[in-house]
Amino acid sequence: MNAVEFIISGMLAAATPFLLAALGELVVERAGVLNLGVEGLMALGAVLAFIVVYHGGGHLLGFVAAGLGSAVLSLVFAVLALGFRANQVATGLAIGILGQGLSALFGKSYESLTVKGLPRLAFPGLSEIPVVGRLFVQDVVVWLSLAATFAIWAMFAYTRVGLVVRAIGENPKAAHAIGYPVIAIRVAAIAFGGMMAGFAGAYAAAVYTPLWADGMIAGRGWIAIALVVFGTWLAGRIFLGACLFGAVSLMSLAAQATGLDVPSQLLSSLPYLVTIIVLGVISADRRLLRLNGVASLGEPFER
Amino acid sequence: MSVWAATFLPALVRREHASLVAAMLAPAAALGMAIILNLGLYVLIGRDPAAVLYAMLLEPFLSWASFAEVLLKAGPLLLIAQGLAIGFRAKVFNIGAEGQFILGAIFASAIPVWFPQATGQWIWPLMLLLGAVGGALWASITAFWRVRLNANEILVSLMLSLVAAQVLNYLLLGPWKDPAGFNFPQSVMFQSDAVMPTLIAGTRVNVSLLITLALSLVAWVFMQRSFMGYKLKVGGLAPRAAGYAGFSEGRAIWLSLLIGGLVAGLAGAAEVAGPLGQLQRSISTGYGYAAIIVAYLGGLHPIGIIFSALFMAVLYIGGDNAMVSANLPIAAVRVFQGSLLLAYLVAVAFVRYRIEWRRPYHRSQP
Repeated sequence: MNAVEFIISGMLAAATPFLLAALGELVVERAGVLNLGVEGLMALGAVLAFIVVYHGGGHLLGFVAAGLGSAVLSLVFAVLALGFRANQVATGLAIGILGQGLSALFGKSYESLTVKGLPRLAFPGLSEIPVVGRLFVQDVVVWLSLAATFAIWAMFAYTRVGLVVRAIGENPKAAHAIGYPVIAIRVAAIAFGGMMAGFAGAYAAAVYTPLWADGMIAGRGWIAIALVVFGTWLAGRIFLGACLFGAVSLMSLAAQATGLDVPSQLLSSLPYLVTIIVLGVISADRRLLRLNGVASLGEPFER
Repeated sequence: MSVWAATFLPALVRREHASLVAAMLAPAAALGMAIILNLGLYVLIGRDPAAVLYAMLLEPFLSWASFAEVLLKAGPLLLIAQGLAIGFRAKVFNIGAEGQFILGAIFASAIPVWFPQATGQWIWPLMLLLGAVGGALWASITAFWRVRLNANEILVSLMLSLVAAQVLNYLLLGPWKDPAGFNFPQSVMFQSDAVMPTLIAGTRVNVSLLITLALSLVAWVFMQRSFMGYKLKVGGLAPRAAGYAGFSEGRAIWLSLLIGGLVAGLAGAAEVAGPLGQLQRSISTGYGYAAIIVAYLGGLHPIGIIFSALFMAVLYIGGDNAMVSANLPIAAVRVFQGSLLLAYLVAVAFVRYRIEWRRPYHRSQP
């Protein structure tokens, strides 16, 4: 397998942790809430899924545990940010630190242990195409996250629920005045975002690199938050952004494997550098951000 | 649902005047809440809560030697948090102090690494200066990205911290590795003139503590007494009013980030030119992130931050104690830090709001 085939084959799987977490954060931000705790939520989901899978509970149960655990932690965020109207930046950071701490605590006796990942399923027909066909041989979680991308796009574009969430993010006072339960919907969005971050962590630790190491999320939660900005709050663009990051992280692996004469630390920081550069390029277009951004993002709602 | 919620759930009603006493009690209340929660956690993971409590929160005070270690640990936390608090008050969320700290340590180490034979009492002051410059340069990337490119400073500064850790790794595994260091990722030990003089004999506390306290005083004067500090605070509290008054937002962002980077870099320099005496991979045990908690816990006030930095240092030293004597995993310190900030945010809500068990519509709005 050459480098191009390696990247085509693995890009979607590498993109999945970014994609799942970013889709969750998209829904949270569309509802007008900024949850910066994604890194910690992913870490907690990762360790919970790993522990369940390691003890033979299976991947389904592992993902359920991760989704539930991270959703519960994100509800702590909801209580503080919505219930007590605490500063969302500070609350998100606290949740992030707490989640990472809990994951290190729970994962202490699992350090460097491994589990088995998931088998890859071929998409009939398409997987027969030479070279590009490898793109269509993926595990079930990748296929499901593609479906989730489509579902979330369709929800915001076509459904009533999607419009209500968007209205609450744009103008919570107006949404409240016409009778929508602003707080309840924001809580639901936060819990959904937490669950998706948990799934993202579960995929990272129990499927993509099925091995536990403290700090294994390695900034992917933060990149997921940046992806929401890259995608200008649109699910389709977030998917493309996630693919870019999947490809970038594989490129650094491929370059290391081929013995390219570049310091490995430069390759490891490639995803972070790309984040910084793309963030600059996208944000510099202020019109683009204003057009698609969420008007009340991060502001507490007081009726 | 909403009728039920409005009738039975307590509502937060903004207080007309937030009391100063309540504001000062909030960190203590938060500490109490965090201790209770975490003791519960220790019971759950099968540790003796009394032993942990003793080792974590009492033992650091019981001997002069361990209290000196607390003072040593408090230095970088205090320094970084003072800088961050100035930015947070201006609503500039620099959370990349960790990276600025690392760059400060790297810049400062350049002198002893490149000129190991140099002697003279000018070396360590120059190292501190270079460290401050390094931290400020690293922070200026974030400032440029925010002011000129409109990018979110939280994400950029955090990404730069992750990059900084890789830069440190590169130097320690490559060009700056001690050739006689048995392949450990660390630089040569610095010459004695590259290490600050000790302040208290018999301990590792050095003159950087005096610098840190002096800078805390400067931070107090700057934030409470200077026009520039006032402009920053107005920018944070009422950005539009600041705009009408002609206070430039861009300048406030530059200033906040440069101050934050400067002191974080200084703290990094003081670590390598202080207790460590060399550049190591583990120069920071998350100081940059812990300082965010220190800044908030101190109420973003220069005096409050002195106390919260001391407490956070106790937690670090006590956490190490508890790891040895009560077999507590070191990750428990991070859990404590996170829950402490959460508890503080709850406590502060009670300073700003009071709880009312009635329908808020008719009560609070005329």
